[in-house]
Amino acid sequence: MELIFKKLAQLSASLVFFILAATALVLYLSARPAIEEFGLGFLFESRWGVEETRAQPVLSPNQVVDEMPVIDEQADALLDDDFIDDEDDFVGDDDDESSGDTRIVYGALVPIVGTLFSTLIAMFFSIPIAMGIAVFLSEIAPKLLAKPVGVAIELLASIPSIIYGMWGLFYFGPFIAGIFGGNTVSLLVAGLVLGIMVIPFMAALSRDAISTVPDMLKESAYAMGATKLEVIKDVVFPYAKSGIIGSIILSFGRALGETMAVAFVIGGVYQFVGKVTDPTNSIPVVLANSFAESSGLSLSVLFYLALILFAMSFIVIAVAKFFFLRRK
Amino acid sequence: MKNMMEVQALTFTYNGATEPSLKRINLPIEKNKVTALIGPSGCGKSTLLRGMNRIHDLYPGHRYDGTINLLNSDGEAYTDILTIKKEAELIRLRQRVGMIFQKPTPFPMTIFENIAYGLKLSGVKKRTQIEEVVEQSLRDAALWGEVKDRLSLDARSLSGGQQQRLCIARAIALKPEVILFDEPTSALDPISTLAIEEMISVLREQYSICIVTHNMQQAARISDFTGFMYLGEMVEFDKTETIFMKPSVKQTEDYISGRFG
Ligand SMILES: Nc1ncnc2c1ncn2[C@@H]1O[C@H](COP(=O)(O)OP(=O)(O)OP(=O)(O)O)[C@@H](O)[C@H]1O
Ligand SMILES: [Mg+2]
Repeated sequence: MELIFKKLAQLSASLVFFILAATALVLYLSARPAIEEFGLGFLFESRWGVEETRAQPVLSPNQVVDEMPVIDEQADALLDDDFIDDEDDFVGDDDDESSGDTRIVYGALVPIVGTLFSTLIAMFFSIPIAMGIAVFLSEIAPKLLAKPVGVAIELLASIPSIIYGMWGLFYFGPFIAGIFGGNTVSLLVAGLVLGIMVIPFMAALSRDAISTVPDMLKESAYAMGATKLEVIKDVVFPYAKSGIIGSIILSFGRALGETMAVAFVIGGVYQFVGKVTDPTNSIPVVLANSFAESSGLSLSVLFYLALILFAMSFIVIAVAKFFFLRRK
Repeated sequence: MKNMMEVQALTFTYNGATEPSLKRINLPIEKNKVTALIGPSGCGKSTLLRGMNRIHDLYPGHRYDGTINLLNSDGEAYTDILTIKKEAELIRLRQRVGMIFQKPTPFPMTIFENIAYGLKLSGVKKRTQIEEVVEQSLRDAALWGEVKDRLSLDARSLSGGQQQRLCIARAIALKPEVILFDEPTSALDPISTLAIEEMISVLREQYSICIVTHNMQQAARISDFTGFMYLGEMVEFDKTETIFMKPSVKQTEDYISGRFG
């Protein structure tokens, strides 16, 4: 019996790794035509869907072709038959499209910047408010109030994000535009809507982390003459630190990949933001908006974008864990 | 010799409880002596102790009746600590009446910061003075030798016994007048327990101590006075020898000889 449990647990654990690796692999394979076509320059190119003449030596196609076969072979060795089929389709389309002497240029810079900045705005906005709510619920509010408010926060956290998007488009966007000027859909509105969306999520998780602080620990700080504020600052937060940071990281990941709420309020235009009140674009929104009308290379480009988003979340979480959670 | 503290006719009712958990309790805490509280589980020992620094007041709605007198620093008059209303005065009270809990409660900070925490709270800024107090408190708590090379480590990296001595050092860094111990050794091994007991008999020279314990031998070993409590009442209070050799109440005798509780 115990053995079965052990095996089951092992299986589920390794399943996680398998799914992670398989996702990365599928993204990579589908994105490969685009990677071959645009290389890393994709990350710094701000044009999207613009035609240009091929005689541009910035991304020397020869070099790319020379290098690729090596990688091809390695990758092929890893593949199942299914994957090879998929890949063949893309390669075929790729050839068709690039056979002219013009090509269509795609670049990820605008949505990358849009994604990063909207998420950062969301975090700056939501962290202080969510922490305030969490501390209030677990340390300050009387039980009679903390219970219903806590439930309300949990309910808010479970509202589908599209509703936040609609609300942002029709009420919040115009409201913000009224205060800061600019468009009713913009990077700022997207960031704030994202922030509002993750606040309940972050607050609920942080409150749970804070409520793991033993009463006896808090009492011993009070017994030394600490005030409530000092107990929260010196004992509660440091004790619950890893849980709180975990809640922030999870919220960050959620904001980074959020599609529906952002799609309504970011504008969806390929344009660099000069001011935060300009409309722009974000990776998930590009993906959601363009999949239907894409094929061949333009589809592969979307997979390339998805791969970038995947890598971004991965890096953010890895870096955050490394910096905040390592020291014990 | 004047008493450091005097609990007089204290009745205490928890928020929402119909019955009081303490009924007309009287208890003197003599200066520079160790007073032990014994009694079966649930008889109100912790409740009584937690009234003596008003830690109960962290939670709303509890009711006190009676008097708890604390000797003023002039050594002449008493103040009834149950009349304290202002937050600042409660904080001052808790600095004068320290408390050690059932389990070690190191704060999530370094060993040094743990000991310096009380000073920091009371606004001491001078580095040399803080360092002096930290060293002296750790020496008094018989911990200096073990930790002097790793003061900047997280206090939670110490063993349980060391953590409990750290908590005692942290309390005496504030130079309290009374120290309350609520079963300070119940979570410790015999050797750590012995170390804490020895420490308490040394601390007695400078502080007045009240200790709750489930361990009868411990009470007999380290205390000068013992109070036996049962169902929220102080059944008998006397010199420790008297309580253990010839108690005047039958219940006390039964409890001490292990016939109930
Ligand atoms: N927060 C509370 N609210 C209501 N009643 C409480 C509360 N804490 C304790 N009591 C009650 O008060 C009585 C005394 O409890 P107390 O904790 O003082 O006992 P104790 O003598 O310290 O026991 P132990 O030896 O197990 O620590 C018990 O009947 C208990 O149920
Ligand atoms: Mg108790």
